[in-house]
Amino acid sequence: MRLPALVLASLVAAAIAAPLVAPYAPEQIDLARRREAPSAIHLFGTDELGRDVFSRIVFGARVSLAVGLLSAVVAGACGIAVGGTAGYAGGAIDAALMRVTDAMLAIPRLPLLMIAAVVLQPSVARLILLIGVAGWMEMARVVRAECRALVGKGFVESAHAAGAGHARVVIRHLLPNTAQAVAVSLTLAVARGILLESALSFFGVGVRPPAASWGNMLYEAQSALGTEPWLAIAPGVCILLTTVSANAIGDRLASRSSS
Amino acid sequence: MRRALGLDRPLWQQYWTWLLAFARGDWGYSFSDGRPVAARIFERMPATLELVGVSLLCAVALTLPAGILAALRRGRWFDRVTTIASMAGISVPGFWLGLLLQMIFAVGLGWLPSSGRTTPGGGDFIDHLQHLVLPAAVLAIVLASSWSRYLRGSMLDTLSLPFIVSARARGLPARRVVLRHALRHALGPLVAVATVDAALLVSGAVVTESVFAWPGLGSLFTEALARRDYTVLMALLMLSATAVVAFNVVADFAHAAIDPRVAAS
Repeated sequence: MRLPALVLASLVAAAIAAPLVAPYAPEQIDLARRREAPSAIHLFGTDELGRDVFSRIVFGARVSLAVGLLSAVVAGACGIAVGGTAGYAGGAIDAALMRVTDAMLAIPRLPLLMIAAVVLQPSVARLILLIGVAGWMEMARVVRAECRALVGKGFVESAHAAGAGHARVVIRHLLPNTAQAVAVSLTLAVARGILLESALSFFGVGVRPPAASWGNMLYEAQSALGTEPWLAIAPGVCILLTTVSANAIGDRLASRSSS
Repeated sequence: MRRALGLDRPLWQQYWTWLLAFARGDWGYSFSDGRPVAARIFERMPATLELVGVSLLCAVALTLPAGILAALRRGRWFDRVTTIASMAGISVPGFWLGLLLQMIFAVGLGWLPSSGRTTPGGGDFIDHLQHLVLPAAVLAIVLASSWSRYLRGSMLDTLSLPFIVSARARGLPARRVVLRHALRHALGPLVAVATVDAALLVSGAVVTESVFAWPGLGSLFTEALARRDYTVLMALLMLSATAVVAFNVVADFAHAAIDPRVAAS
């Protein structure tokens, strides 16, 4: 778990300290140095407006990582609410909520988000909400399964006997016991959020230029694959590093909880 | 005008009318060129079915050996390599993998065409096949990465079960134990979880077809999106959700056919 956590932490640190890390302003145009290959002056080269790719990567990390992390928080909150309710209540409420979850899972996420993004023209904050709201189903299933398994245990019964209300039992007694499963599901949601942001921006409906995100840098790179490949390689590698790290952390957490 | 088109009625009534018409096969007319939506969709369907069909076959062909061998040689180099490769495969953005393959094999080496289904003006079978390789590879890699992880996990679970130990103890050849006994048992969970990826396949087709300008439903979707062609978009979304549900039902039956205990319960 150390290496992926280290990679993720340093990416987040670079994003937070972006003005210190980046050698140039991300939107600084230098028409004399357009389309330059990577060199000591421009570590990852320059794009068609002479902007420094490395600086745009660092500032783009702010947007891409924020979307990934915060959309996972939104998805987690919705998923815990739905899953916790279904798992604790059981019966008809459980059945109804889980059918809704199944129905949501049947709708392909990316096309639906693309339509929503075209109609709503979202800001970054709304994009986070959209991606989060489209991604709560996996978390709901996990939390529900954990709660169903816990609800019949003795400690829940004793909490009831001690006079605890429904809300208290769920929040104080059930949910803390799902923490491990929730953590696994959250790391996977981070990876999914980053992939969705990059795909939406790649199709020109996510984060809008001139602000940089890893996805919209790839959107801009698409027209210059033959002549300036570095434009497409750097943002893609960053996305891959982030999602691999998040998924690897999730994997380790999952195998630790099962053993 | 508003009354004649029913635009003064509540939204849910309008949607219900659309849904009924959709179920009857009246999918309306495209906003962008005025042709029937159904005609536009059906002319694009063969290309998508071809791409998805070939990708699924390739994905199965990659998954079975990778998943089985990784489980049998747990912790050895083959297992490590496939574990890392499949982790990369589930993490990589499909469109970027497509761009990368285009850069390497189409632009850099010039071995394969970068986009389209045939050379303009139509080509022979070989030409057709060359156009298919890259997009099918992207979809197959993404699917096989996810599936082989499931298969490895369920093979490992299966191999430690008593009936495998007893089959081995009876002196059955290792190949027969693995392929006949263990694989059948391990495939059940794989088929069950693979259905979750049906939605992934739809998203993957949209992305891949757009990157490679493959003239199927996925690129019809992005074209319609760019033109705000809502009648086409709604029909495509409804169609894909139906396809995902149908896929799930088929997988349920397949799971029951593979594992009799599922059918009994």
